[in-house]
Amino acid sequence: MTSTESLIDRRQLSYIAAQAADARLNVELETEGMTLNIGPQHPATHGTLRIIARLDGEQVVWAEPSCGYMHRGYEKLTEVRTYPQVTALVNRIDWLGSFANEVPFILAAEKLMEIEAPPRAQWIRTILFELSRIANVSLFLGDLGVQMGAITPVFMAFRDREYVLNLIEGATGGRFHPNFDRIGGLKDDLPAGFIDETRVVMKKLRNFCDEMENLLFGNEIFQSRTRGIGVIPKDVAMQYGLSGANLRASGVDWDLRRDQTLPMAWNKVDWKVWTHPDGDSFARCWVRLQEVRESTRIVDQLLDNIPSGPVMAKVPRIIKVPEGEAWVSTENPLGEMGYYVVSKGDLGPFRTKIRSASFNNISIVPWVLKGVYVPDIITILASLYFILGDIDR
Amino acid sequence: MSTDAVAAIPGDTLRERIVDDLRSAIGDALLDSLVKPGDDVWVRVRIDSWRATGLALRSLGFDYFCFLSAIDWMPSPFGKGEDDPTAPAPERDDTIKQGYAGGETRMQLLARLVHPTLHVGVNVKCDVPDSEPVVESWIPVFAGANWHERETHEMFGIGFAGHPDLRNMYLPSDFEGHPLRKDFPLLARIVKPWPGIVDVEPLPGGSDDEEGDAE
Repeated sequence: MTSTESLIDRRQLSYIAAQAADARLNVELETEGMTLNIGPQHPATHGTLRIIARLDGEQVVWAEPSCGYMHRGYEKLTEVRTYPQVTALVNRIDWLGSFANEVPFILAAEKLMEIEAPPRAQWIRTILFELSRIANVSLFLGDLGVQMGAITPVFMAFRDREYVLNLIEGATGGRFHPNFDRIGGLKDDLPAGFIDETRVVMKKLRNFCDEMENLLFGNEIFQSRTRGIGVIPKDVAMQYGLSGANLRASGVDWDLRRDQTLPMAWNKVDWKVWTHPDGDSFARCWVRLQEVRESTRIVDQLLDNIPSGPVMAKVPRIIKVPEGEAWVSTENPLGEMGYYVVSKGDLGPFRTKIRSASFNNISIVPWVLKGVYVPDIITILASLYFILGDIDR
Repeated sequence: MSTDAVAAIPGDTLRERIVDDLRSAIGDALLDSLVKPGDDVWVRVRIDSWRATGLALRSLGFDYFCFLSAIDWMPSPFGKGEDDPTAPAPERDDTIKQGYAGGETRMQLLARLVHPTLHVGVNVKCDVPDSEPVVESWIPVFAGANWHERETHEMFGIGFAGHPDLRNMYLPSDFEGHPLRKDFPLLARIVKPWPGIVDVEPLPGGSDDEEGDAE
């Protein structure tokens, strides 16, 4: 352990030394600064995010993401819709893990109504939640390779993600936007054969994780481009409200699935929260890989002891949520996703504050990009992992 | 797999102690508080000690900055945007009624901080007067407040003293108005009637409060 630690330290120190030497050289050469626009349309930005970077030589002096190309005003729209209609909107916030977006909103409404979904619904919710995490993060792992010039991982990711999407489609009817969660439970029970099929797919996904670990994480180029680069210390991560794998990769042992009591099934099974002490790009990617593997274990265990019974509690046909305020957040694929719902006893929310993970995760970009080299911009952004819809909402 | 902290919560002493600690730190600037056992803590503070509250909470261990936003408590003059544009505007109740931990003004600032080991959150509210909607920026306390304050400024028109760069995040820089204020109309609803309105009409023969499946 000490030898790897000193190796990482050496790498970080040599990176910092190179930065300092280059900065000195730039002063000597009296280089002129230039502004580089990355995006809005750029293969490395996963969508329409524009990064404005001020460069001096090969180094970033100042960088600032420019958001808003994807702003749809969901917070305003929720104010004119009814509670059941809102799930169709929030589905589209993080579009790779759609089901996971619905859950905290429904839980917030259920908290205000003081009802709880039946155990079977809680179990199925948790299974679908973890499946959407797998679908989301497996694409991240494939995309990671593309950012660094490796094409193969993305094909593997799309191949294996398809199995998970088929499962989600089989259960909910929607591949990308299930809109399956209801206040008081779920729209439907699981289809016949879902459990056996899921077990087979989970095995395939574990295999996929092993392949990725060997192909990508063991690769020397990948390591040299991510180790010791884009280091975010623990206290800075907390100040910026980073969440999810980004926070855990900075050494903070924090997982909302474990750390709060929600009417979900995570605390019924045995699993592990992965953290990494380094806080660099490699750590963020590594934690995500471990989490996909852990998710497949969670799903397997949940399938073993899924309770029988109804999937829908008794709720009125027309849902009026009593007056009050509620905050519920869950550990979504991208990080902490939460809804602050203010109800006035109406058919729809009075105000909904949507706290999305990527907004906080990306707000650290000006801090973390300061002083890095141009090619590292892409790897750092990729490792922070954001979904455009999740930033702009 | 619950942690010790979560197991210790059932009595709300933990959360009440947080309010007491905050009161001893900022004194009478803490105007009101609400503790929901096992759930959350709400506090309302005076506007001139907004930053002091952030500092006090951080020194109490609330290191994790979750979000910062605002609430406009005025009922929307446009209702749900389902009015018939040809008919005269219907009468609406326009009394402003604040939520948890009370309030005196229409606009309220809302921020949430979380304790990373106790896993208890504190929702901090603060009245913002319409005449001078400016509060101290939280950036020196939590660097992550930067973007949240920009967003709140853009959406609610609340200013943040000491913020280096209150540019718009989403909208064009020459955009007029603050979209999340209740008196800002949702134009999409005005130009075209909302088809979803049929969803909430009672089914034939059913009454509003009939118990049954949600389907």
